[in-house]
Amino acid sequence: MKKLGLALLAPIVALAFAIGVAALALLAVGVNPGEAFGLMWDFGTTSTSIASIVNRAIPLYISAVAVAIGFQMKMFNIGVEGQYLVAALFAGWVGGSIAIWAPLHILVVIAVAVFVGALWAGIAGVLKVTRGVNEVVATIMLNFIGFSVVGYFLGNFFAVDSGALNQSTPLLPESGQIPGLNWIFTVFGFTEPKGTELQGFLIVAILIGIGYYVLVWKTRFGFDLRASGANPGAAKMSGVNPKKMIMYTMLLSGGVAGMVGLSTMFGKLHAYTQDFPRGLGFAGIAVALLGRNGAIGMALGALLFGFMERSALILDLNNIPKEVVQIIQGVVVLAVVIAYEVVDRWIKAREIKAANAATQAFRSDGEEVAA
Amino acid sequence: MTTDTRAPATDTKRNPFKDMTPARKYTLFLVAGLLLLSIVQLIEGTNQLTSPGTWSAALRLTIPIMLAGLGGLYSERSGIVNIGLEGMMIAGTWFGAWAGWQFGPWWGVALGIAGGALFGLIHAVATVTFAVDQIVSGVAINILAAGSMRFLSSVIYTPDTGGGATQSPRIQDFIGTFDVPLLSDWFNSLADKGWFFISDGAGILAGLTTGVSWLTLLALALIPATSWLLWKTAWGLRLRSAGENPWAAESLGVHVLRMKYWGVTISGGLAGMGGAYLVVVQAGIYREGMTAGRGYIGLGAMIFGNYNPFGLLAGAGIFGYSDALRLRQDSVHGILLLLAIGVTLLMVASIVRKKYEAAATQAVFAFLFFLWWGLTDTVPGQIVTATPYIITLLVLALATQRLRMPAADGIPYRKGEGH
Repeated sequence: MKKLGLALLAPIVALAFAIGVAALALLAVGVNPGEAFGLMWDFGTTSTSIASIVNRAIPLYISAVAVAIGFQMKMFNIGVEGQYLVAALFAGWVGGSIAIWAPLHILVVIAVAVFVGALWAGIAGVLKVTRGVNEVVATIMLNFIGFSVVGYFLGNFFAVDSGALNQSTPLLPESGQIPGLNWIFTVFGFTEPKGTELQGFLIVAILIGIGYYVLVWKTRFGFDLRASGANPGAAKMSGVNPKKMIMYTMLLSGGVAGMVGLSTMFGKLHAYTQDFPRGLGFAGIAVALLGRNGAIGMALGALLFGFMERSALILDLNNIPKEVVQIIQGVVVLAVVIAYEVVDRWIKAREIKAANAATQAFRSDGEEVAA
Repeated sequence: MTTDTRAPATDTKRNPFKDMTPARKYTLFLVAGLLLLSIVQLIEGTNQLTSPGTWSAALRLTIPIMLAGLGGLYSERSGIVNIGLEGMMIAGTWFGAWAGWQFGPWWGVALGIAGGALFGLIHAVATVTFAVDQIVSGVAINILAAGSMRFLSSVIYTPDTGGGATQSPRIQDFIGTFDVPLLSDWFNSLADKGWFFISDGAGILAGLTTGVSWLTLLALALIPATSWLLWKTAWGLRLRSAGENPWAAESLGVHVLRMKYWGVTISGGLAGMGGAYLVVVQAGIYREGMTAGRGYIGLGAMIFGNYNPFGLLAGAGIFGYSDALRLRQDSVHGILLLLAIGVTLLMVASIVRKKYEAAATQAVFAFLFFLWWGLTDTVPGQIVTATPYIITLLVLALATQRLRMPAADGIPYRKGEGH
């Protein structure tokens, strides 16, 4: 219980700090921060908003899990951005070109996305394992190459109408769409959201979260993964092949990253389009940092980001600059990593102090006996 | 007596390239490169690869990337990895445009530097004082900078100023330009003659000497200045020692943390200057997202250049040049031939060095490039855009063993750790 409190201390302090900075920014432009945050809270807690918040949180969460898998062994997959766009493009094209039994159709689309995402991330893995190329730089470069690949394939091969202003892959047929989950609200006695459909891909996101938790904390592979991150030398001595570990981590991270765009594809756009949402890969890094790679923590982080993005919409209607949420997001991420670092150090210092006191006590006991 | 017997042994292993002075070696490379461009142009029937317009644009597109890379250099040499260059550059574009609009372009440069340095300072506080993971902090800086600049835009660039939430009003004036006296006219007239090789070379030089912004000149001067500052002064030695071996440096009385603060803050200032350059020389306006990843590219250019100022200039130049070519759609087909010949030369080098495995891979790539070149008439713009990134990856893949980053780069250092 005490441990949980300490784990929550850092993000809460960071969030309070971020809100404080945002309040100052609002004050500086002559807006009453209390009023602004009140508006956000009232608007963000309606059923429609909650559906929208969860919908926004789904891709953020999947993206965060992809990043966190790398983080577990101190590898930085900055390339989730490129991985999910390339994966979504190919998945959308394949999904729009076939029409089969619905569950199979959905599985095929997911499989293609996972495969392509893993493949794209795997390039960075191969470069690191065989040539020692730093994965941060490699994945950044692969992001840019990915943007070009997406533009090239969409424009020249996959677009239904290559002259269209907003080029798009063929639409997913009915069998390739996942129905919404708005009935959940009525089951629990809430009003049904209007104009927004809670996306069915939520179920997959939850499964990904559970899978991530089990894999990292309950399996041999997860143990090796964390050991390789914490102490590569010791892990190697215990028989872990570091090169294999790097490859597996990169493929796994990329595979999960491939699914980032799918909630939007299955539930909303039903295709890969030129205006497909971007930036989810980078936002995912922020969410992973916020949740400190924990399956639950990241879910809370994703929901928090989703809440901020959704509730910001009301600010616009009240002539308050909605960009203030970007400040909160930026500050909270920076503040939380500092706060985690400080809390960690504080805990460590306390442990050392306790250990010293114990040794001291032990020694003085010994002296008494001797006397 | 032993020295006499040793002397001939080294003779048998003599490598004509290694014995050359660096100046000669680079001259040889430049002449060979120009010859390659000339031949490709002859075959392709174009002169865009060496036209003054292309090279003038290439220079303008190189500078911001170079400045970001130079920023990365100061930070990494002091031992702090700086992924936050992108965010610092964004701050530079915003403050550059704001001051350029309020007071004039040179003020834009000054405040752009200050804005970038501010975010550099934040990165320093997080990574040096709090010893947060450097990549984590860099990512956070990028998010923070993009977010707060968007907030500032929405508050300050209100519609009545002629701006908006995503763009600023126009700045008062661009920074002035100049033609290098005599040389510019001379190169331009020579470039118009259409002589093989000579006019091509003149075209490049004409592009580099005509309509040059004063800020370009200033930025380019920072390359030798940095080389001098970091490698010829005591301050530079202290900064680099913080990145190579902070434990030893501290025991010798170097204020390691202070040096890291300097490195990261200067880093932000230079990235901010690169951002300001985009506004006061190129666009004349702040537009959200106008940096388009140049901070990351600068980082790539710096690694490409092996953490050296002149090397990173070359790296930035490749990005700038291919960016300039992208805008000239009709001529870029020649790039394929250029790549094909380039890879063939690499293959020859591998064969000479008896690295047959590498040579085989290169042969396959060379063949594919030749095939692609022969079978097509145009190159999609996206491929040209991607070219520098692919080249960077290839360089990293082929030369990582020869690249050497500062020994303690990326390792959090806490004061007194060495004791």
